[in-house]
Amino acid sequence: MNAPFSHMAWIAIGELSDIPIRGARCVVTPMGKIGVFRTAENDVYAIEDHCPHKGGPLTQGIVHGASVTCPLHNWVIDLETGQALGADEGAVKTLPIRLDGSVIELGLDPALMAENG
Amino acid sequence: MSEPREKLVIIGNGMAPGRMLEHLFEAAPDQYDVTIFNAEPRVNYDRIMLSPVLSGEKSFEDIIIHGDGWYIEHGVTLYKGHKITQIDRQAKTVTSHVGEVAEYDKLVIATGSSPFIIPVPGHDFQGVLTYRDLDDVDAMLLAAQSGARTVVIGGGLLGLEAAAGLKARGMDVTVLHLMPTLMERQLDSSAGFLLQQELESRGIAVITEANTKQILGDGKVEGVELEDGTIIPCELVVMAAGVRPSARLANEAGLEVGRGIIVDDLMRTSDPDIYSLGECAEVGGMCYGLVAPLYEMARVAAGHLAGEPTKTFKHSETPTKLKVTGINLYSVGDFAEGPDREEIVLRDAMGGIYKRLVIENNRIIGVVLYGDTADGGWFAQLLKDKTDIAEMRDTLIFGQNYQGGEPLDPMVAVAALPDDAEICGCNGVCKSQITGKITDLGLTNLDDVRAHTKASASCGSCTGLVEQLMVVTLGDAYNPAAVQPMCGCTDLGHDDVRRLIKAKGLKSIPAVMQALEWKTSCGCAKCRPALNYYLVCDWPDEYADDYQSRFINERAHANIQKDGTYSVVPRMWGGMTSSKELRAIADVVDKFDIPAVKCTGGQRIDMLGIKKEDLPAVWEDLGKAGFVSGQAYAKGLRTVKTCVGTDWCRFGTQDSTGLGIKLEKFMWGSWTPAKLKLAVSGCPRNCAEATCKDIGVVCVDSGYEIHFAGAAGLDIKGTEILAHVSSEEEVLEHVVALAQMYREQGRYLERIYKWAKRIGYDEVRRQIMDDADKRKAYYERFVFSQTFAQVDPWKERVEAEPQADMYAEFRPLADLTVQEAAE
Repeated sequence: MNAPFSHMAWIAIGELSDIPIRGARCVVTPMGKIGVFRTAENDVYAIEDHCPHKGGPLTQGIVHGASVTCPLHNWVIDLETGQALGADEGAVKTLPIRLDGSVIELGLDPALMAENG
Repeated sequence: MSEPREKLVIIGNGMAPGRMLEHLFEAAPDQYDVTIFNAEPRVNYDRIMLSPVLSGEKSFEDIIIHGDGWYIEHGVTLYKGHKITQIDRQAKTVTSHVGEVAEYDKLVIATGSSPFIIPVPGHDFQGVLTYRDLDDVDAMLLAAQSGARTVVIGGGLLGLEAAAGLKARGMDVTVLHLMPTLMERQLDSSAGFLLQQELESRGIAVITEANTKQILGDGKVEGVELEDGTIIPCELVVMAAGVRPSARLANEAGLEVGRGIIVDDLMRTSDPDIYSLGECAEVGGMCYGLVAPLYEMARVAAGHLAGEPTKTFKHSETPTKLKVTGINLYSVGDFAEGPDREEIVLRDAMGGIYKRLVIENNRIIGVVLYGDTADGGWFAQLLKDKTDIAEMRDTLIFGQNYQGGEPLDPMVAVAALPDDAEICGCNGVCKSQITGKITDLGLTNLDDVRAHTKASASCGSCTGLVEQLMVVTLGDAYNPAAVQPMCGCTDLGHDDVRRLIKAKGLKSIPAVMQALEWKTSCGCAKCRPALNYYLVCDWPDEYADDYQSRFINERAHANIQKDGTYSVVPRMWGGMTSSKELRAIADVVDKFDIPAVKCTGGQRIDMLGIKKEDLPAVWEDLGKAGFVSGQAYAKGLRTVKTCVGTDWCRFGTQDSTGLGIKLEKFMWGSWTPAKLKLAVSGCPRNCAEATCKDIGVVCVDSGYEIHFAGAAGLDIKGTEILAHVSSEEEVLEHVVALAQMYREQGRYLERIYKWAKRIGYDEVRRQIMDDADKRKAYYERFVFSQTFAQVDPWKERVEAEPQADMYAEFRPLADLTVQEAAE
């Protein structure tokens, strides 16, 4: 959780065009599923694919602005902070993510991955 | 580890215990396991709004306070239709009439009251009703359908509301009242006289000083005879001669009982573990029937049950209003004449206005208003505060606006009300509670203010005041005439958006958002699916469906389940299947290790628990067996349920199965504002349950009855009849035209019964039945749209290139666990 930034490993997970605009795909990791989101502005975000409410798969939700609405009970999650918006309270973990040209890279803690892998 | 909760059992599920639970769950949400026994087979509803239901101004759904979901949400066990017959105080149990036994730590008796039946000969005849609950209203409405003549015995609040409601339903109504003037407990004789005149001008006959001798008939009502020999022929008698607290159960249990169940000012009976509240309770020697003091009891009892016994019940004067549209009357306090009392009276014969204030020692002690009741709240406040009125005595009767010379703007008058001025008498909500919530929570519409403050949420007569308060607090930010916007992204309502899409020729979501000045860059999860539907419906040939604006079920062509897996339902036309189809389904279930298989309510087979990545392969296999998607996930045509009709049934009058299949094959693939379920029954026995469907057909010997606007989900509603036609071709044309009309006019997520009710059933009949050109035009637009809509989404997906976006949806973007293992 509090892994120092230096331990971060950037792993290429795919091309930007692999994700529909205003859409999402999931990435399977040893720590569980991570949702990777692409907004209308071509910004990418990575958050746990697990709604803080009842664990709904957020990648299946509708993406609008920089947020996603969970398909199970319509919680709205801010992709940038992982916080639930509106009257609901809760948060999901966010992960570092970046674009290297058109390649999407996810920042993961290698120790954590090895431990679970 | 939490301690085991105490068991709270409540007998009765009326408004008082309902409100008590709201307070209790707020103060101590986890203290009790709550069980309710309700003799009425339904949830808690607003009993004081039964009169608008009777008159047809509201429906039962409009007056529900706690829907079934509320009980589930709070973990309350509700026994509907269970009458408690015994309380065992030693064992601390209650027993219902069917033998259900429940243990309690604390018991609340809220048995309410029962109507007083005048024991005249004939009082037990068929056709003698009371006016107490929804069953009574339903019985009266049934009688109204056959145009029965009615005598209402009792000219008090309830009797007159019943009389006005039945009159509004077109019945012939006579009111009998024992006393010389109507509503003598709430009105003086002058106001009572004005009221009688008004009722008579509406065609209601009123006979005062009428002493009923007997009800005539032979087991069934034929008339009413008065002591003076007058005979009034009628088929229906409504007894509204008052109520009695229902204290029998408490009495049999050995609790102290007077007129009602005697409680102290904390609502405790003579047994410390038993409370009583509502109309059955007697506190300080008084029994109450109006909602405000009953809600006060609820507050007190909840506080004590939650261990916060700070409040005690105090008597206060409650204003009375009559809930009959167009009749304004208001009374509060004591208005009898007396040696130390003076009165100020204003009469305006032309305007039909009568106002009377009763004054003692320069204080208002009684108010009667008829015709113009706008100042009722202000007078009541002066009464409650015991304000010395000596200085404004000369102008007092003209009301608040005339104090200080110039007439005040009503807004200024509302603004000038003190913070503790009571706005909502039913719920005991004062001005500062409302303005505080508006400011703190940023409320801008009436529904939200109602939800958060309860003000105007019961009888609704203070709605105008609450709206004025919103104007005073919010200024221009509150526009009472404003329509409910689609969502936070726009100020426009659904109807405006639909109209402008057509008028401006907007053919994409970005075009709509640009032209209609959307406030967000790309909408939200509420507006985008709605816009996508409107565009699909309005421009079937030109609009490119935006999958990213569809809910996941319509993207994955399956229903998402709580664990993120999906369920798949193949179409079985008209509910018919075959060994070949069943074998194919069985093979798919085995091959993909599908954990659950179930029959749906619409006669289809549902395979549940399929992993998302397996969906394309499942569809491929089902497709090979000839199946297409059942669209069980769609805001679109779902199923056409049928019975076996003339093919097999010895009662069948037409080929209901064949007709159902024709309808389904014609209409599948169409998108609609909300799901659309059909049924065709082969005879009036109606085995396919067509009369609670969105659109239903009931076959009869002479042809086909077409029904619409039924519901059997959150709401239960029988269908309305659209037409009787004689051929299958006509059925198809009418049903399709109706579906298209709904597609073009409905708001997204609005089921057909809500849409039809909103625009009026007669309007639907007028356009579909009376205007053949219009009907044909609707039909043709539907047919045109279907040429683009009838594409099997499974086939489309399966045939897509595995690299295509469409297919990618079903695979993870990357699997880093595999990568790890490979290293």
